[in-house]
Amino acid sequence: MSEVVKARKSAGPDPGQQFVKAYRIMLSARVLEEKLAALYRAGKIKGGVFLGRGQEALSVSVGIHLHQGDIFAPLIRDQAGRMAFGDTILDTLRTYLGSSLGSMRGRDGNIHRGRPREGYYAMISHLGAMIPTVAGGLLARRFRGEHGVVGATCLGDGGTSTGAFHEGLNAAAVERLPLVVVVANNQYAYSTPNTRQFACADLVDKAIGYGVAGHKVDATDLEACLKTVGGAIAAARAGGGPQLIVGDLLRLVGHGEHDPGKYIDPKLRKQHVGRDCLEVAGAVIVEKGWATKEDLAQWRAEVKAEVNTTANRVSREPEPDPGEEDWCAVSNRELEDNFA
Amino acid sequence: MSVTYLEAIKAAQDKALADDHRVFIYGQDVGNFGGAFKATEGLAQKYPGRVLDSPLSEDAIMGMAIGAAIEGARPIVEMQFADFSTCGLNQIINHAATLYYRTGVNCPIVVRLPSGGTPGGGPFHSQSMEALYAHYPGLFVVTPATVEDAYSMLLGALEIEDPVIFCEHKFLYNHLKADSLPTESLPIGKARIARPGRDATIVTHSAMLHEALAAAEEIAADGFQVEVVDLRSVKPLDTDTVLASVARTGRLLCVSEAFPWGSVCAEVIARVTAEGFGLLDAAPQRLNAKDTPIPYHPALWGTHRPTASAVASAARQLLKG
Repeated sequence: MSEVVKARKSAGPDPGQQFVKAYRIMLSARVLEEKLAALYRAGKIKGGVFLGRGQEALSVSVGIHLHQGDIFAPLIRDQAGRMAFGDTILDTLRTYLGSSLGSMRGRDGNIHRGRPREGYYAMISHLGAMIPTVAGGLLARRFRGEHGVVGATCLGDGGTSTGAFHEGLNAAAVERLPLVVVVANNQYAYSTPNTRQFACADLVDKAIGYGVAGHKVDATDLEACLKTVGGAIAAARAGGGPQLIVGDLLRLVGHGEHDPGKYIDPKLRKQHVGRDCLEVAGAVIVEKGWATKEDLAQWRAEVKAEVNTTANRVSREPEPDPGEEDWCAVSNRELEDNFA
Repeated sequence: MSVTYLEAIKAAQDKALADDHRVFIYGQDVGNFGGAFKATEGLAQKYPGRVLDSPLSEDAIMGMAIGAAIEGARPIVEMQFADFSTCGLNQIINHAATLYYRTGVNCPIVVRLPSGGTPGGGPFHSQSMEALYAHYPGLFVVTPATVEDAYSMLLGALEIEDPVIFCEHKFLYNHLKADSLPTESLPIGKARIARPGRDATIVTHSAMLHEALAAAEEIAADGFQVEVVDLRSVKPLDTDTVLASVARTGRLLCVSEAFPWGSVCAEVIARVTAEGFGLLDAAPQRLNAKDTPIPYHPALWGTHRPTASAVASAARQLLKG
């Protein structure tokens, strides 16, 4: 059993305990992503690397409030949320490094990974597409008579401009499905700033247009994220219909590791929105006396050791073999073999 | 008793809903209204909560179907008009079609596309999309041309664990009648010799089958026996049956209602020339709709798509070659 699952099982009502648990997952995600960035720079990663630096507080708050049996369709910057939902350091590294033992077997990579049978949907790159998909999953659960399940999906400010966002949220609202859509308003969609992305005063106002509940949160503040996201997920679980959460933050890195992000306005970095949620949360832990600075450093060292050991292990695992690949895009081999 | 092509499609959905609790129907106006063409008439009343009106949202309809399929449901999606499926294209080709390959999780969805032209349909209510969807790995594309196939292939499509694009032809809905619904049928993926012959092969599918059969009848008066192959299914494409026919006749004309560029005809001719070049006594020919948007006026539309007389004329040219 992974640390994450153990942590989830031991989750209690104590807000301090939940905060520390969330922080430790955020820290794990951060350390793991630092390793991914290093591996990318060393030319060891196949394809791109996209970091969630600065978005861990919002992301972890989604994963931590979901239960086993819920549905989660994370987006590119959701390493923390993924780990809170049960994704592991091992499978993340396997997928990025192209190990044939990873959940995607080298057929898809990095952020597109998932285990749909376990409610952990594998995103496609087309933004907004996972909103109706999660809604459909919830519809099927309703057909089966399952109640009290929630489906959550995340996207960025850019994704709110897509037709899929509109269509998916609208369709989910019509069916009053327990869907939670979390928008990380990280100020930039690749290089495009908010001013060129939308003309409404605030993205959360879109909720009104769809007839869904809207929530707004300072996404640099873990405590606020846990409370707001937890409240929205609970409302959806209780039958309150779709919920839209908009978290304001700053993407602290470029779009991907190939992008130095020179277009990011340096003034934003100095503003409240530019705070690093991990540092902010660490300071809260120390201030409240839940742990010491030394404890935090120790936790970081522990994760770093686990990440390094796991990366070394995965680097020795077999890559997918084109000769072993069946090159078949459908499950029905008879139709494919006999007639295609 | 007689059954129309449309009634066969409704009967197949009725049977699927009755036999399998995982099946549900989702699409615009499919509920109490019974669908724009009445292909789901009465089903919402008979199966409460399982035939759902969707918002006007092809992207969301397909996305919802994919999510439901991941969770073990068997969605039937009606796209109202095949033309509108392009608004859900992303979900079909990038999500439904890639899901199994990427994740190993099946995506059993049947997408019903009311396809092809009717007089006055115009550019946005008349298109044949089968080649477009066949281009993408991960999708099966079927094009029933008879009442019997409309019924049995829809039921067959629902048994396939992969996404199936079910191209039902609007022109056939009420024009085509059969005495009864079939109890036995050819499997999806197998082509059918619709008319045997020895002098030339016409390979076709969907509504064009009936134009081709009429053309073959017309040419028979000249003393030529034209074999007509109904592909039934575009992907998988039954190349063996096509090649066997060409081996008998030595001549090939492929007819499809779709636009010519990259059409089903292009694929059939590519396969026959690559795998059966030595069987051919003349250059293979194709007859498609014209390479313009589909016109509105019936006089223009009737010339835009291949008709029996156009097929006969093309076949006569081929027989001279």
